Amino acid sequence: MPELIPHLFRTEYRKIVAVLCKHFGFRQIEIAEDIASDTFLVASQTWGIEGVPKNPTAWLHNVAKNKAINHLQRNALFENKISEQLKDNQDEVYEDDIDLSPLHINDSQLQMMFAVCHPSIPTEAQVGLCLRILCGFGIEEIADAFLSNKETINKRLFRAKEKLREENIPIELPNAFQIEERLQPVLTTIYLLFNEGYYSVSQNTPLKKDLCLEAIRLCTMLVENTLTNKPQANALLALMCFHISRFDARMNESGELVLYEEQDINLWNPDWISKGGYFLHCAASGDQISKYHLEAGIAYWHTQKNDSTEKWDNILQLYNQLLQIEYSPIAALNRTYALSKARGNEAAITEAEKLQLTNNFFYYLLLGELYAGINNEISKLHFDKALMLAKTPVDRQAVQKKVDAHFNN
Amino acid sequence: MEEYLILMRLDLLTREAQPSPEQLQVYMKMYNDWVGGIAAQDKFVGGKGLSTEGKVIKPNNVVTDGPFVEIKESLAGFIMIKAKDFDDALAIAKECPILKGEGNSVEVRKVINK
Repeated sequence: MPELIPHLFRTEYRKIVAVLCKHFGFRQIEIAEDIASDTFLVASQTWGIEGVPKNPTAWLHNVAKNKAINHLQRNALFENKISEQLKDNQDEVYEDDIDLSPLHINDSQLQMMFAVCHPSIPTEAQVGLCLRILCGFGIEEIADAFLSNKETINKRLFRAKEKLREENIPIELPNAFQIEERLQPVLTTIYLLFNEGYYSVSQNTPLKKDLCLEAIRLCTMLVENTLTNKPQANALLALMCFHISRFDARMNESGELVLYEEQDINLWNPDWISKGGYFLHCAASGDQISKYHLEAGIAYWHTQKNDSTEKWDNILQLYNQLLQIEYSPIAALNRTYALSKARGNEAAITEAEKLQLTNNFFYYLLLGELYAGINNEISKLHFDKALMLAKTPVDRQAVQKKVDAHFNN
Repeated sequence: MEEYLILMRLDLLTREAQPSPEQLQVYMKMYNDWVGGIAAQDKFVGGKGLSTEGKVIKPNNVVTDGPFVEIKESLAGFIMIKAKDFDDALAIAKECPILKGEGNSVEVRKVINK
């Protein structure tokens, strides 16, 4: 039982909140959350004494439903007493109103996703709200994931909920005409959520993996719905599947990052890789190439461990295209690395020196790497610069490893 | 940063001057590496390659396949870039792989942004 309740909290809390919010509207989002939390409180008390019911999920849904109906009835009574006018349109609360069927739960969560990722909500708040409302994460976990504290996260979520109310954002799916446009911020949030887990410096590895899995779950909901099953959603899902296939290989036992070239290929998960392949295939319909398509293509080639000209040539071409759609320093550096693999270090050095990312730790790490064996003096100078710009012990370790590999053998 | 237009011209009309599909693939890679390198410096603004299909219209409704009878160069593509100054733009344009072909040309024009 001690493990059952946290597990159910993770899977059921978000469903109850989504359905109740859908029913009450964002105006009463706190009440929806309170009812959901109360339900789990009752469960932990009752189950401790009477034992776990046969169907714990149904039990939870039932309690939540009754609490919601009680709340609505009490509310209706109160409003009728103070306002005579309301007598005429008194809403009777029927049990069927609170619909916790799997279909309705799914619909409510999907609608909630679009509401939370409404363009008027700041991006940072969107990710937090997603974690809280759609993934059922505790405030402490969110704080841990963002390397922040509970107070800050509480404030941020409070403001985000205020915004949902102020803007009077409806909990519904956009229509077919708006879907492409409204899908963008949803995909961005899922992508951020995944990256938060994948690249976070937090030491809490199980939590980081949970974040990644939640992002994959939300994106899976999108591709399972006909309206939202768009090529871009499939491409993003493929990208995340390819990345997460290496999750266990990226970290050693002491939680240190293991570089791609040094990863144990046996720790790569073939199931995730083949899932990624499936969704990449699904993404290939339509005539639009999004950044998710390109990044998924790059991630696909990274699942091929063996170095080949074909592999690096393809990665290079994909980065060439990606940078034309969206520039980022890290993509520019990765492109230059791919160039060195596909066209040799000399060609890559010429291109690297044009980048002039002189505040970037990875820039000097790359230059040091490219010059090694060509001009060791310059190579060492670049590694020194990298050491100066290193912010974390992990960064310093990465430089030292390279220096050792090239010069101290 | 200033904006510059780079126009690329080559012979799209003479049959013998056209590359084989394999050659074309090599050329496209060189071209994409060049554009990718510009984008990696955050200097790519936009631009596209052009299909070989095209017509030139002159006064009195004269429609021809090429710009001039004596010159066989057609516009093959264009990109917009950001550059510090004209020299910077010129240095970027000089590396355009189209210039490896005899008779081809690249034109750099500064865009007036006012």
